[in-house]
Amino acid sequence: MDSSRRQILKFFGISTLAMSTKPLLDAFAADPAAEGAESKETFLAGPEALKARQWAMVIDTREFHSLEDVEPLIEACHSIHNVPNLPIRRHEIKWIWETEYKHAFPMKGARFMAEELEHRPFLVLCNHCENPSCCRACPTQATFKRESDGIVLMDFHRCIGCRFCMAACPYGARSFNFRDPRPFIAETNKKFPTRAKGVVEKCNFCAERLAVGRLPACVEASEGKVTFGDLYDPDSPVRERIKTNYTIRRKQSLGTEPSIYYIV
Amino acid sequence: MSNRKGVIIGIVVFLAVVTFPFLYNRGKAAPAPEVELTEKAKAAKQCVRSTDYMQREHMKILDLWRHTVVRRGERIYVNPQGKEFNMSLSNTCLDCHSNKTEFCDRCHDYASVRPYCWDCHIDNPKESK
Repeated sequence: MDSSRRQILKFFGISTLAMSTKPLLDAFAADPAAEGAESKETFLAGPEALKARQWAMVIDTREFHSLEDVEPLIEACHSIHNVPNLPIRRHEIKWIWETEYKHAFPMKGARFMAEELEHRPFLVLCNHCENPSCCRACPTQATFKRESDGIVLMDFHRCIGCRFCMAACPYGARSFNFRDPRPFIAETNKKFPTRAKGVVEKCNFCAERLAVGRLPACVEASEGKVTFGDLYDPDSPVRERIKTNYTIRRKQSLGTEPSIYYIV
Repeated sequence: MSNRKGVIIGIVVFLAVVTFPFLYNRGKAAPAPEVELTEKAKAAKQCVRSTDYMQREHMKILDLWRHTVVRRGERIYVNPQGKEFNMSLSNTCLDCHSNKTEFCDRCHDYASVRPYCWDCHIDNPKESK
């Protein structure tokens, strides 16, 4: 049979069509095979994990009168997170600590304040802001705002120790490991990692405890003086506290939207 | 060439120095390290993934675990067999492989890699030194 011009064109046309469908068929055929035994792995949050859009805390400062009242909370946090106790003040590492009203709330003070309020210990910690300035300053995204629950977290592996975040944080919530912290940890909690020299650290809102369904250590140690919950859940305990009490936040005018509320 | 003698001696000395390590270690290749499993690891039969996969990819798996735990807040790893693990170096990996010196270090020394995992993730609580 003579191959006419018409036949050759037909042949090429059909061949082109066949070739164009081949990758498509391959894709369909390969899909179940590619999901073979070696690649199928999934991740779960864990059955008991507590979830929220934005975790928040309400501290009822009226219940804290002296250092003895705040120390158990600080101790609970620092002991489980392997926070070292450094003797030199400028090397100090702190996740949660106490300060006076005038330092916690500058520009909110009145003259001739009640003495009790003036000297009341105010617990301060990372505010887990909704607009965290530290995260914008971090060049490696070692510190970031976690989408899933609004916690401002640190990925210590990524931290290069530039301390931009410390400069950016208006609350002084971050500490830098100027030296190896390990010799200064009284008793190491082996369930939680220690930190290395040259990284910045701060409160993590007990992300590791929330993941297994436990409230933060300071909240647990406070015996109800500190409330913890989801800021965006109208029925949460924090919303209840905020609704029924007059609360203030630290340096609110800076627009970082801190998530720690204080009842004064 | 007036100083031919000196040049030749120089070349010979140079070659001797350069090839010395190779000649010295000829035929004495370091044997591949044998890792020891703890009783607990032996009893489990399989790690999180197959042994072959773990040998090749454990560092990638650790990296993935770190990312998933810290950034996404998901802490449970489900392997292809459907078994669940808590993604934690200190509490899961080092719980079974509590013999760092006989397990981790042997290969790492052989391959001349110095991971600094243990700087912060302290080897297992149960290990007695």
